[in-house]
Amino acid sequence: MIQSTSNKQQYLSFFIGEEEYCINILAVQEIRGWERAKPLPDAPNYVKGVVNLRGVVIPIMDMRIRFGVTEVEYLKTTVVIVIKVDDGGSEKVIGVVVDAVSEVYDLDESSIQPCGSIAGTIESKYLKGVATVSDKLVTVVDINKAFDFDELSSLT
Amino acid sequence: MSIDLSQFHQVFFEESFEGLEIMEQGLLGLSPGETDNETINSIFRAAHSIKGGSATFKFEEVSSFTHILETLLDEMRNGEREVTVEAVDLLLQSVDVLKDMLQLLQAHEPVPESLYKEISDALEAMVSEEGAGEGNGESAAVAESSASSNVVEATDDESMSWLIQFAPESHILRTGNEPSRMFKELSLLGEITVVCHHQKLPSLEEIEEELCYLSWSIILNADVDLLQIEEVFEWVKDESELGYEHLPLSAAEERLGTKASVAVDEVAPAAAVEATAPGSPAATPEAAPAADNRQLQVAPKKEVKDTAAADKKPAKVASTGSSSIRVGIDKVDSLINLVGELVITQSMLGQMGDDFNLEKLERLKEGLIQLEQNTRELQESVMRIRMLPISFVFNRFPRMVRDLAKKLDKEVELELIGEGTELDKTVMEQIGDPMVHLVRNSMDHGIESPDKREQAGKPRVGKVILNAYHQGGNIVIEITDDGAGINAEKVKEKAIERGVIDEKSELTVEQINNLIFEPGFSTADTISDVSGRGVGMDVVKRNINSLGGSVEVSSTPGHGSTFSIRLPLTLAILDGQVIRVGDQIFIVPLISIVESLQLKNQEITKIVGNTEVYRLREDHVPIVKICEEFCIDAEFKSYDDATVVVVEAEGVKVGLMVDELLAQQQVVIKSLDTNFISIDGISGATILGDGRVALILDIGGMIKRVNLTKKSKKAYAA
Repeated sequence: MIQSTSNKQQYLSFFIGEEEYCINILAVQEIRGWERAKPLPDAPNYVKGVVNLRGVVIPIMDMRIRFGVTEVEYLKTTVVIVIKVDDGGSEKVIGVVVDAVSEVYDLDESSIQPCGSIAGTIESKYLKGVATVSDKLVTVVDINKAFDFDELSSLT
Repeated sequence: MSIDLSQFHQVFFEESFEGLEIMEQGLLGLSPGETDNETINSIFRAAHSIKGGSATFKFEEVSSFTHILETLLDEMRNGEREVTVEAVDLLLQSVDVLKDMLQLLQAHEPVPESLYKEISDALEAMVSEEGAGEGNGESAAVAESSASSNVVEATDDESMSWLIQFAPESHILRTGNEPSRMFKELSLLGEITVVCHHQKLPSLEEIEEELCYLSWSIILNADVDLLQIEEVFEWVKDESELGYEHLPLSAAEERLGTKASVAVDEVAPAAAVEATAPGSPAATPEAAPAADNRQLQVAPKKEVKDTAAADKKPAKVASTGSSSIRVGIDKVDSLINLVGELVITQSMLGQMGDDFNLEKLERLKEGLIQLEQNTRELQESVMRIRMLPISFVFNRFPRMVRDLAKKLDKEVELELIGEGTELDKTVMEQIGDPMVHLVRNSMDHGIESPDKREQAGKPRVGKVILNAYHQGGNIVIEITDDGAGINAEKVKEKAIERGVIDEKSELTVEQINNLIFEPGFSTADTISDVSGRGVGMDVVKRNINSLGGSVEVSSTPGHGSTFSIRLPLTLAILDGQVIRVGDQIFIVPLISIVESLQLKNQEITKIVGNTEVYRLREDHVPIVKICEEFCIDAEFKSYDDATVVVVEAEGVKVGLMVDELLAQQQVVIKSLDTNFISIDGISGATILGDGRVALILDIGGMIKRVNLTKKSKKAYAA
């Protein structure tokens, strides 16, 4: 919580295709342009590889592929959100590829509604819920679940 | 002025733990029955400083406990008490108790009396039991006479006497000590004969009246304890050379060589000698060299002690797992030198950059070469700081082996080889536990009971050898025992029973032996306290593998087994060969490369199951295509265009097909694990000079991976 008086937290929103998603801004370390990553063998298709982030090797994962978008393009506007995720107590830094970052919203915890079965191609366990921001629907992603390293280990 | 003593507590604890370690090692080095004064002294010194320190900081439990300990040690030191197995055991236990007490104090917790009561009672009992008893004189005599070369056996029918050599330092009179008074006191104990040696007496003009130039040999013809004599010299023992020998009277007189030749003492400028027989002016030929000998013996011992202390000091770093590290000043000095050079190079390059023109290109290149060299040296220097001798790990084993042998009712001797071999601190910290496990295993399953050994025609005492040495960029640690070895049949049976392998599997003895590293495997028929729960060996293997090392076992039934642990010297840096496959860059660890060669298509033979094999001298080397393995588009279309890098891991050779060999360079290993997950066949990543990431191949993992894929294709596994 940033403020103890209200339950509001800030969320960074980004686009995957036409859809707007957001993640808790406290998990975000920085935003970078897309650069080609060094591919990793055996990795699932959404893991694009690893890049050098100022001396630290971080994996790049394409959230678009992860969320079932079949045709992905890497354009000038394609960005990588570098986020910190919690992996069973240890913190890992990963890069997440999205089409564009958009805005920062103040969301009340209570305004996030569980999304249940409306999630289409995305498994609902990756999602925290859906929030309404000025008549738009924004999907809130649970970043720790969306990139689960245990699941990754079993895939490779 | 009051000083806050608590600021020194940490230092006290560190020093005390260090002291305890010295004590423990010293105690383990003591063999019952013989008196090694130097060792006892070092144990005593350590105990003494703990006592002193704890008293200063008002840790009364510790100081009173150490006091009893010290009394016992003091008696041993003076030769009044024989070094027995029981005494050493008790002392070792007290070291443990002290360690516990100090740890509690360090954590600011109270020390319960129950912790030390038992041991301190036992110590007290031992002290009072046979204080200055009967046998002590003898052991003292043995101790002393072993220092001088002449050992004279006591004969029963002759009265015993003490031959005392007394050579005070010249300034003894200034400290208010008067030799004649000591002689008087001695004469109260019995009849004394004093011979004065005045060879060192200078001519009259040079005499300083305050200095003492004399030394004496005294025969005390009385049956008294050494302690009583020592008491007489109590005040001067630090300022003089004293020697005591317990001899039959005639032998003592013979040694003095002046039995009847009583001459009148002419000069006794400083000390009025009062004695039944005045000292002889004639020099006694034996006494002088004897004194010299002693002096000579003392000097080198001191040196040994100093270096030993220096060696042992950093030991606590590893054992307490503290995060600090003690570095030799020479290493720091070389570091400072290198930084100095680096600064010079930097300023040279900086100046050149100020007004650069093409004429200076040569000099720029030179400067860059110099910079490269500086950087490399600096890097090596920094790495060396992290390198510690493996004795930090080895040191814990003598005690462990001793205790374990007792527990298992076996007789085991431990031999340490290559303790000076240096190893990275992080590797060192993590290798301790697997090694403990392997040593336990060797002692529990390997070494047989003494009776069994005798039946097998082996010495009763089993042997465990720890050996460390460098090989290539690796450190190899071997744990060898001369026990029963691994019963391959039994292992196979168990493996089948537990479903580790299939009944039909055809395995070599080597392969069978290495099955013991499989999870859920234990051949111990009974589960013992020491090992045999069926967990362990697989954990050992996993731990070692996670350090980038490997472990193998070889065994000869009836003659023992050898476990070899192979570890990289450091986890941070690797000498690598940069290779290119398609547009991808990989690093192959230089140590795994056997050779690189160009092939012709016709040199490749296809054998069963579509495996391509190249005949490298007498070996058949299966070819692995990285491009296929990692799904990369390679440039080469046939073997004619490709380069084959023959690599070896865990005794298996394979040829990696690559497009091109690029540079050889040192790379800094970045773990993939930190931010991702580990991948089979990849040991990590590194960042190249241009900022791109390259993956480092793990050859061992790579081979396994290839075998797995092949197995899944139901093909012949190489």
